[in-house]
Order: sequence, then structure tokens, then C-alpha cells
Amino acid sequence: MSDVKKFMYLNRRAPYGTIYAWESLEVVLIGAAFDQEVSLMFVDDGVFQLVKGSDTSESDMKNFTPTYRTLGDYGVRHMYVDKTSLEAHGLTQDDLIEVAWEDWESEEEVDNIVEVLDSEELAEKLGESDVVFSF
Amino acid sequence: MADLYTVNKSPFEKNSLENAIRFSGEGASVLLIEDGVYGAMAGTAVSDLVASATGRKFHVLRADLKARGISEDRLIDGVELVDYAGFVDLVVSHDKVQAWL
Repeated sequence: MSDVKKFMYLNRRAPYGTIYAWESLEVVLIGAAFDQEVSLMFVDDGVFQLVKGSDTSESDMKNFTPTYRTLGDYGVRHMYVDKTSLEAHGLTQDDLIEVAWEDWESEEEVDNIVEVLDSEELAEKLGESDVVFSF
Repeated sequence: MADLYTVNKSPFEKNSLENAIRFSGEGASVLLIEDGVYGAMAGTAVSDLVASATGRKFHVLRADLKARGISEDRLIDGVELVDYAGFVDLVVSHDKVQAWL
């Protein structure tokens, strides 16, 4: 593949209350299958998507938090979290899931690709992207 | 008797909770469900909506809180946890239900 594009998935909705978070995950998995460079960003209520400890047994909904943990295996290389949103929502990185990544060929490993960044850094990541998908 | 106000939207995204509280009278009850449960979290930018509202009883639906990974110890003091049966009890013990979407 000669022209790999940088895809950025921008997530700004809480999970479960609406279909946005789940739909975003579905599209991310499809995009990753096409060998593009895929990154995710979590802003505003989107930071709630990464909160660990989700238990849907009482509400009869599908728990899709485990799916985020597998994103590294699907080739997602970066998951950026907005520091400002995290603080406004009363959360710290300790409240968030960890997602590991490994390159099968080079055997390069990253223990956790979930990264908390400030506005300036996030703006840069958005600017560098070829395409931004919003959910 | 007073009304039961249900709020199902995130207080970070919509003003449903703010206005449900504003229009609810003293003695009213507010039940937070679905994305509305985030309004019951302490230590957020919108915690004051619930924390500073006096004369109203706040409840949060446990199933929706658990689905979102929010543990009980994160709740604002005084917010009461209810299960689905508790939801029904609230409905029958109030004059009527107002859904604030």
C-alpha cells in the first residue's frame, strides 16, 4: 500500500445513551482492516467511553468496553484523550482502560496507547490527519 | 404530593437537568437515568447542579450507573441509588411523571 492515509476518529459522545460510540467502534474496525493509519480521539463526553469497570449485567445491554481493549490488535496505534474534558468530567487517567499495542513483524510493543494530551497537542494531531471522522 | 422528574441526557451536553431542577418545586423528586446518571457524579464541572439544589430528592438508576463504570462512591452526597423496582415505586408514589429529555 503506497498511499496510507491518516484517519482520525473524533469521539464526543457518552457510551450507551446513544448509538454514536458503538457506531464509531464499528467504523474504526472497518478502517483498520484496510491498513490505514488509524487514531482515535476522545473529547467532551467521549472520555466516558474509556472509563473502566463497565458492568451491563443489570441493564441487559451489550458491554462493548472490552472491544476498546482489542483495538491495538486491530492496528489502532494511538488513542488520544483530551485533558481538559477528563478534568471537567471528574476523571483521571487511572479511571481509564489501558490498551496494548504490538507490531507482529517488528515485535515493537507499547503497553498502553491511551495518551492524555492538552489542547495544543490535540489540535496538532487533528491538523496532521488526512481525514477526520466525527461521532 | 409532588411530581417525579426523569432526566436521561448528559448534563455536559444538554441543559435538561438544569431546567428540570429549575422547574421542579420543593418536595419534587428527580430520577437520573441513561446518560442522565452523569449528573450524579461528584467532582465534575456540573456537580453543583445537583449538589446545590435544595428541597429536592435525587435518585439515580443503578443499572445505568453500573453500565457506565461509575461506582457508587463517586456519587454526590444524598443521591439515592434505586433499582428498577425502586423506579416503579417512585412512579407510583408521585402525582405524575415528567420526562425531561
